[in-house]
Amino acid sequence: MADRGGTSSGGGGNGAPELAKKSRKPKYSRFSQQELPACKPILTPGWVITAFISIGVIFIPIGLASLFASQRVVEIVDRYDRDCIPRNVSDDGVGFIEDAKANKTCVRTLTVQKQMKSPIYVYYQISNFYQNHRRYVKSRDDKQLWSPKNERSSSDCKPEDFTSNGQPIIPCGLIAWSMFNDTYKFSVKDKVLEVNKKGIAWKSDREHKFGSDVYPKNFQSGALIGGAKLNSSIPLSQQEDLIVWMRPAALPTFRKLYGKIEVDLEPNDNITVIIENNYNTYSFGGNKKLVLSTTSWMGGKNDFLGVAYLTIGGLCLFLAISFILVYVLKPRPLGDPSYLSWNRNAAGHLN
Amino acid sequence: MDSNPPNETESSYPSCSSSRRSISSAQSKLSRPNSLREVTLGDSGSKKFRNGSRGGADSQGFSVSQKEISDEDARLIYINDPARTNEKFEYAGNSIRTAKYSVFTFLPRNLFEQFHRVAYIYFLVIAILNQLPQLAVFGRGASILPLAFVLLVTAVKDAYEDYRRHRSDRIENNRLALVLVNGEFRDKKWKDIEVGEIIKIHANETLPCDMVLLSTSDPTGIAYVQTINLDGESNLKTRYAKQETLSKTPEKEKVNGFIKCEKPNRNIYGFQANMEIDGKRLSLGPSNIILRGCELKNTAWAIGVAVHAGRETKAMLNSSGAPSKRSRLETRMNVEIIILSIFLIALCSIVSVFAAIWLRRHRDDLDTLPFYRRKDFSEAKPKNYKYYGWGWEIFFTFLMSVIVFQIMIPISLYISMELVRVGQAYFMIRDGGMYDEASNSRFQCRALNINEDLGQIKYVFSDKTGTLTENKMEFRCASIWGVDYSGSKGDLQSEQVAHEVEVDGMIFRPKMIVRTDPELLQLAKVGRESQRGKHVYDFFLALASCNTIVPFVVDTPDPSVKLIDYQGESPDEQALAYAAAAYGFMLIERTSGHIIIDFWGEKQRFNVLGLHEFDSDRKRMSVILGCPDKSVKVFVKGADTTMFSVIDRTLNKSVIQTTEGHLHSYSSLGLRTLVVGMRELNNSEFEQWHFAFVDASTALMGRAALLRKVANNIESNLRVLGASAIEDKLQQGVPDAIESLRMADIKVWVLTGDKQETAISIGYSSKLLTSKMTQIVINSNSKESCRKSLDDAIVMAKKLTSGSIVSHNMEGSSGAVITPVGLIIDGTSLVYVLDSELEEQLFKLASMCSVVLCCRVAPLQKAGIVALVKKRTSDMTLAIGDGANDVSMIQCADVGVGISGQEGRQAVMASDFAMGQFRFLVPLLLVHGHWNYQRMGYMILYNFYRNAVFVLILFWYVLFTCFTLTTAINEWSSMLYSIIYTSVPTIVVGILDKDLSKRTLLKHPQLYGAGHRQEAYNSKLFWLTMVDTLWQSVVAFFVPLLAYWNSTIDAPSIGDLWTLAAVILVNLHLAMDVVRWTWITHAAIWGSIVATWICVVCIDAIPMMPGYWAIFHIGGTPVFWWCLLIIVIAALVPHFVVKFIYQYYFPCDIQIAREAEKFGNLRGHGAIEIEMNPILEPHQR
Repeated sequence: MADRGGTSSGGGGNGAPELAKKSRKPKYSRFSQQELPACKPILTPGWVITAFISIGVIFIPIGLASLFASQRVVEIVDRYDRDCIPRNVSDDGVGFIEDAKANKTCVRTLTVQKQMKSPIYVYYQISNFYQNHRRYVKSRDDKQLWSPKNERSSSDCKPEDFTSNGQPIIPCGLIAWSMFNDTYKFSVKDKVLEVNKKGIAWKSDREHKFGSDVYPKNFQSGALIGGAKLNSSIPLSQQEDLIVWMRPAALPTFRKLYGKIEVDLEPNDNITVIIENNYNTYSFGGNKKLVLSTTSWMGGKNDFLGVAYLTIGGLCLFLAISFILVYVLKPRPLGDPSYLSWNRNAAGHLN
Repeated sequence: MDSNPPNETESSYPSCSSSRRSISSAQSKLSRPNSLREVTLGDSGSKKFRNGSRGGADSQGFSVSQKEISDEDARLIYINDPARTNEKFEYAGNSIRTAKYSVFTFLPRNLFEQFHRVAYIYFLVIAILNQLPQLAVFGRGASILPLAFVLLVTAVKDAYEDYRRHRSDRIENNRLALVLVNGEFRDKKWKDIEVGEIIKIHANETLPCDMVLLSTSDPTGIAYVQTINLDGESNLKTRYAKQETLSKTPEKEKVNGFIKCEKPNRNIYGFQANMEIDGKRLSLGPSNIILRGCELKNTAWAIGVAVHAGRETKAMLNSSGAPSKRSRLETRMNVEIIILSIFLIALCSIVSVFAAIWLRRHRDDLDTLPFYRRKDFSEAKPKNYKYYGWGWEIFFTFLMSVIVFQIMIPISLYISMELVRVGQAYFMIRDGGMYDEASNSRFQCRALNINEDLGQIKYVFSDKTGTLTENKMEFRCASIWGVDYSGSKGDLQSEQVAHEVEVDGMIFRPKMIVRTDPELLQLAKVGRESQRGKHVYDFFLALASCNTIVPFVVDTPDPSVKLIDYQGESPDEQALAYAAAAYGFMLIERTSGHIIIDFWGEKQRFNVLGLHEFDSDRKRMSVILGCPDKSVKVFVKGADTTMFSVIDRTLNKSVIQTTEGHLHSYSSLGLRTLVVGMRELNNSEFEQWHFAFVDASTALMGRAALLRKVANNIESNLRVLGASAIEDKLQQGVPDAIESLRMADIKVWVLTGDKQETAISIGYSSKLLTSKMTQIVINSNSKESCRKSLDDAIVMAKKLTSGSIVSHNMEGSSGAVITPVGLIIDGTSLVYVLDSELEEQLFKLASMCSVVLCCRVAPLQKAGIVALVKKRTSDMTLAIGDGANDVSMIQCADVGVGISGQEGRQAVMASDFAMGQFRFLVPLLLVHGHWNYQRMGYMILYNFYRNAVFVLILFWYVLFTCFTLTTAINEWSSMLYSIIYTSVPTIVVGILDKDLSKRTLLKHPQLYGAGHRQEAYNSKLFWLTMVDTLWQSVVAFFVPLLAYWNSTIDAPSIGDLWTLAAVILVNLHLAMDVVRWTWITHAAIWGSIVATWICVVCIDAIPMMPGYWAIFHIGGTPVFWWCLLIIVIAALVPHFVVKFIYQYYFPCDIQIAREAEKFGNLRGHGAIEIEMNPILEPHQR
């Protein structure tokens, strides 16, 4: 008070009550004054160029490594859905597949191009099958799969929830109902190749998701058979084909693991595959492929990531070089006030 | 109706007409109405009554208090009979409830209030839609989660606030007051007080309810109250008990009577009622009521009847919140919200159309399609299930896609914005730089939704008195009888010891020291005999008496010294009273009928026979004094314009002329002037006046008009005594603040009620006007001349401003003349301009001027000027003021700022922001406004981007699922995305990020231009952001898709990848744009990413979820990590590159300032400091 405007200061008697009044002055803290210690990074050319160069330097080796890994993977893909229909009924795939009496056995011969080290994974690949369709993906009951107590399933499973006489179907729902049921038998030079079907499903699913005391019941007993039947004496936790099938694929074209061949295959080996062509993909125009593939640390054969890394790495190097060029040709000193708008164009700021 | 000597006390506060308000509390003591001037010193035995005249406040509508109160509008209160009072009418009890809810009503009421927001209704509709079985996209829990979360957060906040209100209510309700019960005063809790009860209040106690005064410890029935809790005015106000009730002692005798008063209302300066007591009917006015929340001061006790209690008290009726405004940015944002809605509808339509085509093409297969299975074959006759026909399916698909893509419209943004504004308000309030030591007031944020508008202000409309100036008046000089005593002949004695008086061994000293002119002091001391000295005597007597000041004695630490504190409502009056005291005319006592003035140690007693209060029509006040020498004099003081019309110009022509000259020179120094005149009354004149005065003040109808007529009659043919000049000092830092605002390209308009000369001189001293400026003055008396001068002015201004542009184009020509133009226009001209076609002209002219000064403007004209600008430009306006006369302007402007100063709290109550000093406007706008704008602008864009990226990722996936709205991303994750995964960093950045330091912003006010140019938020930025969003969503979606093409990947696994990719992406995007990394920013951004991982892991650890253990499986493969890495890099590269190119090659001012801030010091002081200096003052080149 006294320091403001001097002349109006009082005789001093009012000092005491002023002090006694609680000051509402905000307490100082670095937080409340927004003065916390802070780092204020700025994009300087040096920083940016370094960043781009390091991205390039890191990405190109990763790209090369992935591409190399992908190239090393040997993959045999055989589409058999068309060829496994007798020629006389080739126009009517649906009719053939729905004919219970027709002989569905089909023999294919595959030639190994390069050496395939074990384990060789056997997949079936189906396309145009929307395992991620809303009606389909919801048509399951995880509780029922987990424990026999939850036999009477929720309505999600409709229409494959109860048999016509009201018995619960285990496993219920469209997913289980439409389970894949083609089978493959492999032999090389008349020697049968064993396909190991143990451990093809996720361990977590086998142990925690599918109950070891839940047995199939009333499965595929309806008028329309969707696919595979299950042995009702084996608990769900051991029905690995089912477990694999029940994990819904992300995309309409998908592979699922069928089994593993645990011997090496040499180049020019001819593999004879006896296929039981049971599964109906003809009704929706999907195709079926049999895939034999080795793996690398990157997984299966897919060049995309390698190419993508090389592209981005290359692009970043290119950007780095162009920034260097531009920086050399037309540098701008940082923080130079002559670039401020009111210094550049004073006419705009008359006042 | 009552012929007895009427005992009226009328007093009112003219509430909003003038910044210089005065209270009327006139007392005169006459022993009998018909007695001649029987002046007896120390008379206390005779019957006392008071006369008072009303002020001119009836123009504000107080004249209604004279009207009869019709029965249906009245409340009847039987004195001391609460039972009878309350039997017919349900009056509110005195327990108050500021809390909104009780335990039982909390849930329904709180929900009801929350759902008033459109955003919540959108949430609710979506959640309800989702509950329909056909549309159940998400599970029950997941779909309600976001809404429940938001409701819960708000409810907890409301509940906490309400709990605090409950607590303070409880304390308030349980306070004790003395209430008359069965003939004695007993303690009673406030909440139990009923209307009609008689209550006794002791000194320094707070009033529990509104009550009509019956009697006080003062024999004349005066009570002093402090109304600081009510209107913030710290000075004491006088209230009166009625003559008839004064002598009653309710403990002993029963008081019979009733009060008929108006219904409760909010006007704290108005009250009308009639009291009937002992068969007599009296009318009651605002001076007879004391209001809840006031404190009784300097009065031992007061007894009153409760008339309004609890929520019906004026204090409670007035406790309402600030008006809600909507920020410009938010309005602007709504355009983009509509664009986003169109996007949303487009996305949904695309999905629906594709779904329709697919269904049509496969219509023959649907029955048996393994993944569709339309027919249920378990029945004998297969029928459709979950299928409602083609059309319905399409329709459902559309609705489902709305549900899935709901966050395209960032509803969470509204909640985030609210939280961010609360945080920003916290920092504004806590800013030590905006704390005013003198008034001990912090910055106040009353409106919470326009913080960011502070960053885009283009026009500032400022009041002068109390806003630019301190409103602490100081007597500077006087002109008495044509002689100027301004100390110009010699130096003023600045270090003079205060004038003191010794009475009974006690030293009395005025609280404020006034600099005195030695010559005048000498004259005042001894010169009473000389002719000149006599005028000086009259002059100071007028200053000391012609006011409504009440002196109070204040103790000092030294027991022998007492300070005299002059309490009054008008700072001018206080200044004059202190001045009179300094010259030896010390007012030491004012009672109901007399004043005692200590004249150089000699006490003189004057009887106040009548007082005509100041009103805004007359612009003067007068007092009729009975002097010790038995003469009766009328002293008048008032504004020069009205005073010279009542001064007898035939007398002392030369004195009048020289006085006018002095007035002119005073006002051109920026001083406020008042003219003092007087006249002696002879017997017949006094008699005539006295009868008229008594008649008028007892009249029941039109009392105010009658009193004014009486006043006009007596205030005539005056002799001019002289003029006083009062200085209103500029507030600290005002010139610098105005300079900063001007450099920030903010146009400052000053609107003042002062004279043109005063306004111009204040303009100069506050650097508003500079010597280089060309002034255009418009003073017109008719519309035609007004039009003409406007046209001329436009031509001139055009010439001047265009000339300057030409000179600028010729770079380097040293003869460049920058001719800024200042426009000065007065209230009379504005009368013709406002609300006519001339408005357009004025705006055109004003927009060419850098400064506009409007003088002599009425309060409503102030609002008119603000409206004029607001109508014609989209620029933001801010009004700042401190008084009731600024309320209309404050409410009219986009942003209203109140100065919590000397003039009460109306301006603050009406404002959006309140602060103690004008200069705080600079940090408020340039620093906080800038920050808030930048933060909010970025936050809105970021929220659009953040939600759109996620929605687009969902959308791309839908194209691969037969258009059936399946989401690979877990439903919980998609709900948590905007609640947990990404919300905290944006709020933290919105509150804490600072693009530039406070120092830089204050140093370069031009940086404020970023807000004017809408740099932080505009449609170009919006579309750029949207393009970036599209690219980022494409990268985030298709990289995993292609990397996992033809693989065994399952939906939950790739969904987890997409979730994590999106979250990391948007958080890193934010991280890239953060300017200032504090530990809080680090914690928020990295913490969110970690929290997302934890949530994803937790969700995948539930065996019942279809995606059980997915993250562990996919996380074990290197492809997953390579995907994440390349998504982040590839998605952010374009943003990074564009940002860098833009910052490096097309730098905005903010960017350069930021670099200077970081590297400026490194380069040493030399180069940069020298270069920077010219920027500080570009106008002085």
